[in-house]
Amino acid sequence: MIVEGPVMKFGDKIDTDIIIPARHLKYTDPQYLAQHAMEPIDPEFYKKASKGVIIVAGKVFGMGSSREQAAIALKAAGVKAIIAESFARIFYRNCINNGLPVVVLPNAKELIKEGDYVKVNVETGEIEVNGKVYKGKGITGMALEILKKGGIMNYIKSL
Amino acid sequence: MQTLTEKILSRAAGRTVSPGDVAEIKVDIVGFHDLTGYHVIEVMEKAGLEKVFDKSKVVIAFDHLAPPPDQRSAEIQGYIRKFVRKMGLPNFHDINFGILHEVLIENYANPGQVIVAADSHTTTSGAVGAFAQGMGASDIAAAVITGRTWLMVPEPFKVVLKGEPAKWINGKDVALKILGEFKADYFNGMSIEVEVEKPRAFPMDYRATVSNMGIEMNADALMFVPDEETVNYIKTMRGYEPPVVKPDQGAKYVDAYTIELDKMEPLVAAPHSVDNVRTAREAEGIEVDQVYIGSCTNGRISDFEVAAKILKGRTVKTRCIAIPASYKMFKQAMELGYVETLVNAGCIVTYGTCGPCLGGHFGVAGPGETIVSTSSRNFKGRMGSVDSKVYLAGPAVAAATAATGKITDPRDLE
Repeated sequence: MIVEGPVMKFGDKIDTDIIIPARHLKYTDPQYLAQHAMEPIDPEFYKKASKGVIIVAGKVFGMGSSREQAAIALKAAGVKAIIAESFARIFYRNCINNGLPVVVLPNAKELIKEGDYVKVNVETGEIEVNGKVYKGKGITGMALEILKKGGIMNYIKSL
Repeated sequence: MQTLTEKILSRAAGRTVSPGDVAEIKVDIVGFHDLTGYHVIEVMEKAGLEKVFDKSKVVIAFDHLAPPPDQRSAEIQGYIRKFVRKMGLPNFHDINFGILHEVLIENYANPGQVIVAADSHTTTSGAVGAFAQGMGASDIAAAVITGRTWLMVPEPFKVVLKGEPAKWINGKDVALKILGEFKADYFNGMSIEVEVEKPRAFPMDYRATVSNMGIEMNADALMFVPDEETVNYIKTMRGYEPPVVKPDQGAKYVDAYTIELDKMEPLVAAPHSVDNVRTAREAEGIEVDQVYIGSCTNGRISDFEVAAKILKGRTVKTRCIAIPASYKMFKQAMELGYVETLVNAGCIVTYGTCGPCLGGHFGVAGPGETIVSTSSRNFKGRMGSVDSKVYLAGPAVAAATAATGKITDPRDLE
C-alpha cells in the first residue's frame, strides 16, 4: 500500500484535545469533525488538508484521550497518512480501525520539512522524500490484517 | 520468572507471552461511559453485531455528561439507556453513581484482571493490580461482542516507593515526579509496576491517582503490585477478600526507579504539558481565577479530607469547585463534615461528574483565565478556552491556592 502527498508538519506531543476538542465529541459525523480538526492550533487546517496531505510529527502523536473522533477527523479532513517519531497507543489503534495509515520514523522532524512531497510504503515503512529513502516502521502482522479488512469490526466479522 | 504484566497477560492469552509478543487476550471487564458509549453502540449497530459476550462483565457509568448540560447530551444518555434495557445489562450506573474509573475500583476491579474501557483513564484500575487500559470506540465494541482484544505485550518497568510520604504529599506528587523525571513519551510501549515498601503508608486513594496518570506517562498500564492495602481496600469496599497475583521474585524489568516519599515536596505541572513539572514553591504567587478539586484523578475521600483541613475556617479568595469522583465519596465527604467545611469556605460542591476536567460543564475555563486543577491534563484548551492556562496539582496545593487566590505551597499556610 503506497500513499503520497505534500507534508504538513507538527511538533512533539500533539494531543487529542488539539486534534479534536472535547466540545465536538457529541457527534461522530466525519464531515462535521473534519471542520474542527486541529482547531485550537490551526482553525484553517481543514482547508489546507483538503487537497490530501501527509502529517509529519514528533513524539507521542495523539497522546491523551481515547476519543476515536481524533482519527476520524484527521482522515475526513484529508490526511492520507501520518508519519511520527512515535504514536500514543490508543490513537495508533484508532487510526488502524479507521483506515488511516500510520508509520513510525525516528527523527522524522529532522528528515522531513513542511511542504516536502513524500511517498510512504505503509507496510514496509519505507519513506521516499527529496530523492532519499528512509526506513521507518510500517504496519505489520495483526494490525495490518485489521487495516486491510477496514477496521476491527470487519475483522471480527470475517473470523 | 514473570513480571505482573507477563503473568496477567499470559493467563489472558492462554499461553506464555513475553514483551514484544502480539497476543489475543480474554478480557475480564469491558467498560464505557456516556460520551464514548454512544459511539461504541453506533459502531455495533453499523456492523449489525449487537451482542454482548457476557452481560455480567460489561460496566457502564454516566459521568462526562452527568447531569446532561444540553439536549444532545440528554439524547446520548437516552440512547445508551435504551441499549442497556434492550440487552438487559445489570451493571449500568446512571448519573447518580460516579465516574467510571472510580466506579470500577470501588465495585468491580480485582488484582490480576484485564480491564479495557472506552476512556484513556482506564489505567486507574491498575491501582488494585489489574492490567487496565483505555481503547477507542471500535476496539471496545469488538471487546463487548467477543470478550477478547489484542495487544502487544509491553516492556515492564519497575517503580519502588520507599518510606512514608512527607506532609501534604499524595499520589499526585508521585505521578508528577515520575512525569517530570522521565517526560511524557518515555514509557511508550512499557507497563509500569509499582511496589510499595510500606503498603499502608501509600493508600488506595493515592495509588488510584498514580495509576490514573499512567496514561499521561503514555504507559500501556500502570499497576500497583497487590499487597495488604489492596486486600484491605477491596474487603472494606465490597466485603470479600480478592485473590492476589504478584510478580515472581527475580523477574526481569527493563529498568527500575526508586522514589523516596519522605523527601518529596509538593509539585505542579505548568501549562501546557503534563511533564512541565516544577515545585509548588517555584510557581508560587501566580494569580489564579479558579480552582478545581475533583475528577477521577483526585476526587476521593483523602483528597477531600486534605482540602477540608486546609480550608477549615478560611474563605476562598478565588472561585473553587469541588466534585467528589463518586456518589459514595460524596456521601462520605458529607458524613465526615468535609462538604460542610468546603461550602462554608465558599466552594461550590456537587457530585460525581467529570465536568470541568475536559471543559465540559460545571466550570469551563474562559479566555485568559488561570486554573489550578487536581485533574490529569493541562493540554492547551483542555478545560475550555485555548487562551486559558491550567496548572495541575494535588489537593493540598489546590486548596491552599483557593485560600490565597495565588499558587501556594500548603506548608506556607501553617
